[in-house]
Amino acid sequence: MSHEVDRRDPGDVGPGFMDAAEVTIREGIARYVIGFVLASALTVASFYVLYTSLIWGPGIPVALVVLAIAQIGVHLVFFLHITTAPDNTNNVLALAFGVLIVALVIVGSLWIMDNLNDRLMPLDQMLQMQR
Amino acid sequence: MSTTDAFVGHAPDPYRIGRSRDWVSTGGGRGFAHATGHGEGGPASKRVIVGYGFWIFLLSDIVMFSAFFAAHAVLQTATAGGPSGRDLFNWWSIAIQTGCLLASSFTCGLSAVATEARSQIWTQVGLLVTGLLGLAFLVLEGRDFAGMVMQGAGPQRSAFLSSLFAVVGLHGLHVSAGLLWLGTMMAQVFVKGFRADIMRRLVCFNLFWHALDIIWVALFTVVYLIGEGR
Repeated sequence: MSHEVDRRDPGDVGPGFMDAAEVTIREGIARYVIGFVLASALTVASFYVLYTSLIWGPGIPVALVVLAIAQIGVHLVFFLHITTAPDNTNNVLALAFGVLIVALVIVGSLWIMDNLNDRLMPLDQMLQMQR
Repeated sequence: MSTTDAFVGHAPDPYRIGRSRDWVSTGGGRGFAHATGHGEGGPASKRVIVGYGFWIFLLSDIVMFSAFFAAHAVLQTATAGGPSGRDLFNWWSIAIQTGCLLASSFTCGLSAVATEARSQIWTQVGLLVTGLLGLAFLVLEGRDFAGMVMQGAGPQRSAFLSSLFAVVGLHGLHVSAGLLWLGTMMAQVFVKGFRADIMRRLVCFNLFWHALDIIWVALFTVVYLIGEGR
């Protein structure tokens, strides 16, 4: 249907829409450039954290996770255009539910398996018992 | 008095699907109403519904990835006496892959700007650069995988390597599918122009490609960087 035109309310946005708030070309490009610069800086920081002695060793994974979450936030805001505006409520709620499930799966797995590992007898002891 | 008040005795239901207060004559489904998402007005336009539906799909895809991530996080130390990440990972290759994917996300965004401006040539250029960067990513990843298998560190060597190949390979499969989709979209934009249905597909493709980059951020952090720290 080549005559089909999607007509919609200007305040009615799905995820990733560029024309949400009547964004001009210049603003659209600026948004992606800002996102790209921020994301690059965070990526470089992640790789740098691994080789620097500035951060206390056991704290490095924490620093990496924080940097990754920050970068995912940058991607969501500047690339996927997820905002806190009222017209974005549905998108944000779906995202929040997704994050909840992801957190349950990952934290739950790590917690349970770590707990099981703690309770498990070390392998060499177990082999000795079998003799 | 508007025509909707003809139903005497029935209070208008603000949540009824298809109610389109402003553009009654155009019927439901065209979507023009006040404050969509607040229980007023008719259904949103097709473009919003398609974008939102694809967003739900992407989130469910991310949930699937989270299971692979959880498996890898649990099995990260289960090397069974075989090589660990420290022995295997090629840092320059991983850094370049990260750069390629981030840059391709950026050019994909620029092509979306060009699409909004209805610029055929810049949309095509943006998509082409995106595709080439994605291809470079895949080639580097494939070379790393081949190198690891040649060293005898294939997926069957240890639980750590199985989960590594599974999660990184799953992402690679997504990128491959994305490249096929990208090529299809370039052809469709070229032949059919900026029709409403093509524009919807482009919105979905953009979401997909950006989501792949988000997954890669989690992937290089959890699998490569934190894996190295152990």
